[in-house]
Amino acid sequence: MIPAQVAYVRASTLEEAFDALSDPDAKVLAGGHSLLPVMKLRIARPSLLVDIGRLELGGVRLDDGKLRLGALATWDDLVRADELETPALAAIAECAGVIGDLQVRNRGTLGGSLAHADPASDMPAVVLALGAALELRSSEGERTVAAADFFRGPFTTALHADELIAEIVLPLPPHGSGSAYVKVEHPASGFALAGAAALMQPDGSRTIAVTGIGAQPFLLSNNTEPGAALAEAEIYGDRFASEEYRRHVAGVVVRRALERAAERAKGV
Amino acid sequence: MTAPPGRFELVVNGEPRSLDVEPRTLLVHALRDGLGLTGAHVGCDTSQCGACTVLLDGRAVKSCTLLALQADGAELRTIEGLGSDGEQHPIQRAFVEHHGLQCGFCTPGMILTAADLLARDPDPDEASIRRSIRGNFCRCTGYQSIVESIRAAGAALRGDGAT
Repeated sequence: MIPAQVAYVRASTLEEAFDALSDPDAKVLAGGHSLLPVMKLRIARPSLLVDIGRLELGGVRLDDGKLRLGALATWDDLVRADELETPALAAIAECAGVIGDLQVRNRGTLGGSLAHADPASDMPAVVLALGAALELRSSEGERTVAAADFFRGPFTTALHADELIAEIVLPLPPHGSGSAYVKVEHPASGFALAGAAALMQPDGSRTIAVTGIGAQPFLLSNNTEPGAALAEAEIYGDRFASEEYRRHVAGVVVRRALERAAERAKGV
Repeated sequence: MTAPPGRFELVVNGEPRSLDVEPRTLLVHALRDGLGLTGAHVGCDTSQCGACTVLLDGRAVKSCTLLALQADGAELRTIEGLGSDGEQHPIQRAFVEHHGLQCGFCTPGMILTAADLLARDPDPDEASIRRSIRGNFCRCTGYQSIVESIRAAGAALRGDGAT
């Protein structure tokens, strides 16, 4: 399978990328592991690819009480980042390590995946549970969108066509917090049939987000028991898993994620 | 209308090579059809089977899911260039000695993925090996002898001779 005809420009600066993205039919290419497969199927047929893969938008850093993940950080970068080896942030590397396979993790990027917004992708649950915000840039300037406002539906986000995700910014949870990501995956594709990320904080508060079960990943309300929240959630069934089965499995992964996050918080 | 070609220059198996490609050309086709390196196989063509795996700047990647132009300026290693001076690489030798292949279609990808794994972890346990070749499908021998081959290759590369 070969993509349809397309023009290509490799951006060496953000300004070059923004110039190229003024073409309304342009698409941003980072690692290519979401976009190229759909171009090969000719589901996507952009007229121009703007390759941002060489821009300085990678890396993981701690800065002023915040964790900043570069949009071009690969899954493998996240798996290996020393900064993420804390109980509070453990969900990030845990999640990155179960995405795709070794080769996919070498190329696939955090920003690319979030922008693609596959409703069964893993990391959206983690960025939601950890209360991340996305820093978006365009020729117009910068804006920050909370992860909870970013995912709008299947393959649909708040990102404008001429915008790039620059960084994903997370508040550092207080000492004594723990986080985890648990999924039950489709055995062939590896995508989540149901995935859950949880953050437990020392004051007993907890944040839970789920993916793979609905139109987009979403947070479960703090005011309701997870089981009750899932009972009311709009959950999709498909040929792989019925709605009833997904609702059940979602409850299981939520419970496991909470247990693991609590163990990490306690330092077990 | 044909899109204007792009010049793509890289170092393949230690030699500088260049090629004019259409922007939509996938790396695996540039290697096979442009440079005559047919060791990278097109299997599933959907980034699942890993038969097209090559080493891009030392890391295993699926060359069916990269544009050739994304590899511009990179250092690429394919199965043709893994050994040196006419000698098989220790991973290749381990696959021969431990029956790590039958039809051979998946083998270049298996070996190059193993090369990435062993470069990071010289002594992986079985679970780690199985996790690492999750993106490489074998449809004839099954995985047991492939896992044994990779363990033996690790031992050979570490020089402890316990193959």
